Amino acid sequence: MITDTPRGLFCEAGNFYIDPWQPVGRALITHAHSDHARPGSDAYLCAAPGATVLRHRLPEARVETLQYGATIAIGDVRVSFHPAGHIVGSAQVRLERAGEVWVVSGDYKRAADPTAAPFEPVRCHTFITEATFALPIYTWDPPASVIDEIVTWWRLNRDAEQPSLLFCYVLGKAQRILAELREHAWEPIRLHGAMAGVTDAYREAGIALAATERIAEGTRGKALSRALVLAPISARGTPWMRRVPNASTAFASGLMRVRGVRRQRAFDRGFVLSDHADWPSLLGTIEETGASRVLVTHGWSDALARFLAERGLETATLRTAFEGEAGELAPEPEPAA
Amino acid sequence: MKRFATLYEAIDRTTSTNAKVAALVEYFRSAPPADAAWAVYFLTGRRLKRLVPSAALREWAEMLTGVPEWLFGECYAAVGDGAELVALLLDALPHDEVEFDLPLASWVEDRLLPLAKTDIAGQRANVMRWWRVLPRTERFLLNKLLTGEFRVGVAQTLVVRALAEAAAIETTTVAARLMGDWTPSDDWFATVLAPATGGADASQPYPFFLASPLEDPLETLGARSDWFVEWKWDGIRAQLIRRAGQTWLWSRGEELITLRFPEIAAAATHLPDGTVLDGEVLAFREARPLPFSALQQRIGRQRQLAQIMRAVPVVFMAYDVLEQDGRDLRAEPLCVRRAALMQCVPHAGVLRMSSEVNEPTWDALATLRAESRARRVEGFILKRLSSPYGVGRKRGDWWKWKIDPLTIDAVLIYAQPGSGRRASLLTDYTFGVWDGDQLVPIAKAYSGLSNAEIDELDRWIRRHTRDRHGPVRVVEPVHVFELGFEAIAPSTRHRSGIAVRFPRMLRWRRDKGVSEADTLEALKRLMG
Repeated sequence: MITDTPRGLFCEAGNFYIDPWQPVGRALITHAHSDHARPGSDAYLCAAPGATVLRHRLPEARVETLQYGATIAIGDVRVSFHPAGHIVGSAQVRLERAGEVWVVSGDYKRAADPTAAPFEPVRCHTFITEATFALPIYTWDPPASVIDEIVTWWRLNRDAEQPSLLFCYVLGKAQRILAELREHAWEPIRLHGAMAGVTDAYREAGIALAATERIAEGTRGKALSRALVLAPISARGTPWMRRVPNASTAFASGLMRVRGVRRQRAFDRGFVLSDHADWPSLLGTIEETGASRVLVTHGWSDALARFLAERGLETATLRTAFEGEAGELAPEPEPAA
Repeated sequence: MKRFATLYEAIDRTTSTNAKVAALVEYFRSAPPADAAWAVYFLTGRRLKRLVPSAALREWAEMLTGVPEWLFGECYAAVGDGAELVALLLDALPHDEVEFDLPLASWVEDRLLPLAKTDIAGQRANVMRWWRVLPRTERFLLNKLLTGEFRVGVAQTLVVRALAEAAAIETTTVAARLMGDWTPSDDWFATVLAPATGGADASQPYPFFLASPLEDPLETLGARSDWFVEWKWDGIRAQLIRRAGQTWLWSRGEELITLRFPEIAAAATHLPDGTVLDGEVLAFREARPLPFSALQQRIGRQRQLAQIMRAVPVVFMAYDVLEQDGRDLRAEPLCVRRAALMQCVPHAGVLRMSSEVNEPTWDALATLRAESRARRVEGFILKRLSSPYGVGRKRGDWWKWKIDPLTIDAVLIYAQPGSGRRASLLTDYTFGVWDGDQLVPIAKAYSGLSNAEIDELDRWIRRHTRDRHGPVRVVEPVHVFELGFEAIAPSTRHRSGIAVRFPRMLRWRRDKGVSEADTLEALKRLMG
């Protein structure tokens, strides 16, 4: 039903691509991250709750929407979107043709997230799963306890008059944190300029977030010494950093599960908060789909494919043009011999 | 162990050295002295003798979590630290039992050390039980203590600073007390924090004084006549102690190496009691050092000593005298100490003095320095004649004026993940040079690139991997790097037939194609 092409996953029976890497005629989009939603295609279809953010990211695009669970026919294929729990409006794509069912997971997680509808397992024959954190070392604590850690860190820094500078992805992670902090924050959370637009788009999409304040030109030093500041990782090493001198720095990511990764990047703190499924969730989800064939993409796909194959599933890895959110377009090498 | 875990977390959660020292001071002031003694022991990089077989933790963790061995290997590539990896995997287990907290000293003395005399089944039962009851951080620390890789991002100098601050004494006093062999106990910790007085353990060496690399032009040093110049020998920096009728030879890594060099120990019996010499252990024959690789045979091997002693003779090249007739000379100027050295050490023999280089001008020295490689030395050491013997690497009085490294252009051929803080980044590189139409590996290097270059190369490697052998990726031969190294020697252990010393990356030669990389033949011609 789906083939792996240089432009991305292609469904011939419906003549559409899912998350294509290059411009195509019709693109079905699982979510608005830049490694899944690329500009330049003629028409886009996404789950309705994700439309506002997708349009914010691709202002030129012609975006149509479909409610979660609603089915449409495209060519010979019946298509529906189902919540993936990754970010706002993220969807798994279910394809059915002549009794055969495929599900493309996109990126997904099973942990609670106030900005995203919870993941819904969908029975299928073939499941295409992500594998960003597909190693048994990656297991996540409940988000509430991670949020507690962040709040405690902020409070201690505040009492020591030290800014709390929390790096996180601009789209998704930042708003998830803002939504979680709605009940905890005692003052507006300061945003790096790059985060303001997409955060507004979330509010426009009807998602309740903690109060925020964009850091104005010229604000620095004393004014931020008790603040929690969210910034993209790309702001590190730029002159912008002078606005928050002597900050305690932290990074919110599943990558922070490994101490060496945090120390290599010299963050004071690492908060293990991921929008991807951890190892037990990946295995549990695959089981729930009932799929007998699992195609694996992103991250540690070789490891997950081998692990599943040893348990009797038919598996293969799919190449991806992207390694995480590095954002470069060269293709992955063929799997090793 | 809770208090120790809290200290660890405080240290681990900041990159500020002041905050680390503050946490250590707080701990040293409040912890039971026996616990604090063990904390110093571990934080200064000392380790317990191996308590359980090295593969045991992995096997037990695999048993408990059902993670197959190959997957454990994949995880290792992402984590780069066995103790941490096991702790991360164990998070999958329910944490449903608790026990009362035991102090660190009890953990070590009553639980860990007895493991060495326990059979494997007993070891396994104990460790698995501890894993069940310990919270996450303590479980990680337990694994660290069991595997002996206790590096937690705090340098020995910070521990010394914190102890000095906690006891309100000089850092040099603390540093001296931490040298040598000691057994952690409450009594020992009390002596570390005691007000400064004389009287120390006879085996105790002084902290080494280190030269800094000379970066500014020679003229900034002032008059040539203010300086003492000697060759920079390439061996094992060591301190030779003769006190109370006994001899100790300490390496700069604070390892006692007396037994590996019996000829030096024998020669030292002629030294007057109460003598401490700073110098270099060198493999030496016919007025010239042997390559460092020869000395390595003496470091590694303790069996068949008589045979290897004949094959690789050594000398102790004395630089300085730190103690004479039991009197600490370190505050005296170098010229006074050199005079004292001349009284007790001859110019030839197993124990010999490093002779002064007398070239009268900086220019003449620069000319002579060009002979360094032929003499198998690394350049000069410049010491201010008025300088005391300090502690650590304090800039200003002692400089090393090293010769430029040898360089070659080599091709990146393999890459694998680094360890520790470089886990999950491909930072361990292997380089090759041309042997006919083949690239043969000649050096591994880890250092010399900026973080941005490491990131860029990491991304490139992941997309241009040709083959994988476990964690090692065979990459497309595309990128050329200029490598620097100190020396090159024949080797039977390497496929290329040569071994290079201290290889590191000097530059990423983006301007060069692989065909312009050097050949093995050219490399062999560099051999001195």
